[in-house]
Amino acid sequence: MGEVIVVTSGKGGVGKTTTTANIGTGLAKLNKKVVLIDTDIGLRNLDVVMGLENRIVYNLVDVVEGNCKIKQALIKDKRYENLFLLPAAQTKDKTSVTPDQMKKLAEELKEEYDYIIMDCPAGIEQGFKNAIAGADRALIVTTPEVSAVRDADRIIGLLDANEIKTKHLIVNRLRPDMVSRGDMMSADDVIDILAVDLIGVVPDDENIVVATNNGEPLAGDKSLAGQAYMNICRRITGEQVTFLDLDDKKGFFSAIAGLFKKK
Amino acid sequence: MKLSDIFKKKSSSDVAKDRLKLVLVSDRASCSPEIMAKIKNDIIEVLSKYVEIDQGGIDINITQMDAETSDGKTVPALYANIPIKNIKHEG
Repeated sequence: MGEVIVVTSGKGGVGKTTTTANIGTGLAKLNKKVVLIDTDIGLRNLDVVMGLENRIVYNLVDVVEGNCKIKQALIKDKRYENLFLLPAAQTKDKTSVTPDQMKKLAEELKEEYDYIIMDCPAGIEQGFKNAIAGADRALIVTTPEVSAVRDADRIIGLLDANEIKTKHLIVNRLRPDMVSRGDMMSADDVIDILAVDLIGVVPDDENIVVATNNGEPLAGDKSLAGQAYMNICRRITGEQVTFLDLDDKKGFFSAIAGLFKKK
Repeated sequence: MKLSDIFKKKSSSDVAKDRLKLVLVSDRASCSPEIMAKIKNDIIEVLSKYVEIDQGGIDINITQMDAETSDGKTVPALYANIPIKNIKHEG
């Protein structure tokens, strides 16, 4: 029996879709059978982040309305045999699907897949309600900014109200250099404010932009963000993984300077 | 407070944390600053019938306190600190 995970944040632009794509890719690398569902009807983007935009035939609304079978709508990933995408409809709106329908769909997919990951739209309206309807676990994505943390707090309250008990926080786009000079909240600062457990910290990494340009999520590669995402995936499967030391990312000159500096 | 803190300007991440903590208290209690201002004015109005209040020194806030059921949950509480200048004596 699989697990349904919703990736949510409240605020837009904090990296929900990138996170969904990378966690899906990472779990597939760990040989799990994974379905990613883009629930952002009308503003779909998971397809382009995954690089699968040219392969869409059917979408989420088609499945829910019974225009096709689930299997027909699932797009197989370019690189991983066991990773699938169910894209959102682009020409409909959020009300084309109901929370009950989403719950039913999730239950059905759970029979065959290990993880069903819902990419939630920004906001707290119908799209959010659809995305969380069948969720067993929520991953809340935030950046270390006042506005994003505030919205994350609101989302945590709403998840509580909907009895989604397993909640984990991902602090995205952290810049260790800014944290160390006191100009950005640290991951500890954020979990101090939000009463929820941390599952991962993803550093701000140029490689993410490149990966999105290419439509190939970087989870599991050598980049710091790629490693951070892979660690999150391992923790999702229940493995204990120590947190990355993000300060390791140093330029050439500071690395040289480090050689001469006594610890 | 450490000695070094006196010379150091408060970092912007600390400012962010403090602001967040404050805004979340009112968010979590679903109590907007507008409603707080109304509550404050009403309290002043009622108390002014009986005592003379130092209006500049009033501090009214929603805070979190441990619930009586003590299962680790907190409940919002109205905290008010109202300095009295003079008790008005009737007649």
